[in-house]
Amino acid sequence: MTRTLNTLGRAALVVAVLAIATHVFAAEIGRIKVAKGTVTIERDGGTVPATVGTRVQTSDRIRTAADSSVGITMDDDSLLSAGPNSVLSLERYAFDATTNQGRFDAALNKGTLSVISGRIAKQSPEAMTVRTPAIILGVRGTTFVVSANE
Amino acid sequence: MSDDRRIARDASFVVALASIVLVAACATPPPPLPPPPAPEKRLGAVVLLPEKDGRPTAVTIRRDDKQVVLDQPYAAANVGSQSLAAYASSQQEVEQEFGAAIAAQPAPATAFVLYFVEGKDDFTDESKRLLEQMLQEVARRPVPDVLVVGHTDAVGTDLVNDALGQRRAEAVRSALIGRGIAAGDVRAISRGKRAPAVPTPDGVAEPRNRRVEIIVR
Repeated sequence: MTRTLNTLGRAALVVAVLAIATHVFAAEIGRIKVAKGTVTIERDGGTVPATVGTRVQTSDRIRTAADSSVGITMDDDSLLSAGPNSVLSLERYAFDATTNQGRFDAALNKGTLSVISGRIAKQSPEAMTVRTPAIILGVRGTTFVVSANE
Repeated sequence: MSDDRRIARDASFVVALASIVLVAACATPPPPLPPPPAPEKRLGAVVLLPEKDGRPTAVTIRRDDKQVVLDQPYAAANVGSQSLAAYASSQQEVEQEFGAAIAAQPAPATAFVLYFVEGKDDFTDESKRLLEQMLQEVARRPVPDVLVVGHTDAVGTDLVNDALGQRRAEAVRSALIGRGIAAGDVRAISRGKRAPAVPTPDGVAEPRNRRVEIIVR
């Protein structure tokens, strides 16, 4: 019983620490390293242009136009890149660089996405998911591609 | 009745029958066929790609109560409006649908591990050479991000080692800023004793674990 409580207590602590980490580092969860054509970010109800060097935040919705593409390196070394006419949402991201514990939920609303998962998925299998309107992917440390048609 | 007459009568019966069938076929439209099943809309696909180092990997696809596990290179799943079906994809097929997305992949992170001369803040000669390589790697990237990660050996608690690793990383971060890397592009963190280069029991002093890893991405 004590052991169960300890485990629960520890889990609660991890969640609390992640919540703080998300809050503090919300401004720097990753960076756009590759951008071709027209790439925009929908953030806080507005739209900002995205270029090489732009930092991405939790809840950002990244949109590519026709003949456009974007490549993002996340803080946990995950690499995400989207092809033309794509919408990629960084729905939830928390990463503790000291313990490598974290949580990453991304969504491909439409288009094509290529993923090489990073430290979060390596440390905790299934701590990273990628959703499309039809399916949900549990990542176990992998390189894969996924598409979502409208 | 002679055989000849019988053949003639049978033949005319066959001709008459054939005409009826023919007329019927022309005059009345064919009975309506049941509507073909609506072609299933393709909602997307998932393809597992080979790992560079060939290590085993997998991805789990869930949809309502269905689940498909992909665990071989080019193992794939087609997502239809009604179905989730596994199949074998190929490099050509992946290139056709995902070529643009894959071409936009950022360069993977490169790691450099530097060692200190025992008891000093100075790098070993080998590490000084690596530091130069690291600076070249930073210069090659259009928007570099540098992460300095301090590691310790297993002497002491997590609390003590996390602080020690952080101090070591901060010192290297300052040195890198001194070498021209923008302060906003370089961060220092500590992993304490969690990720030893040479695994040891807890409490063991091991110089090869007292190191700083520099990740360029």
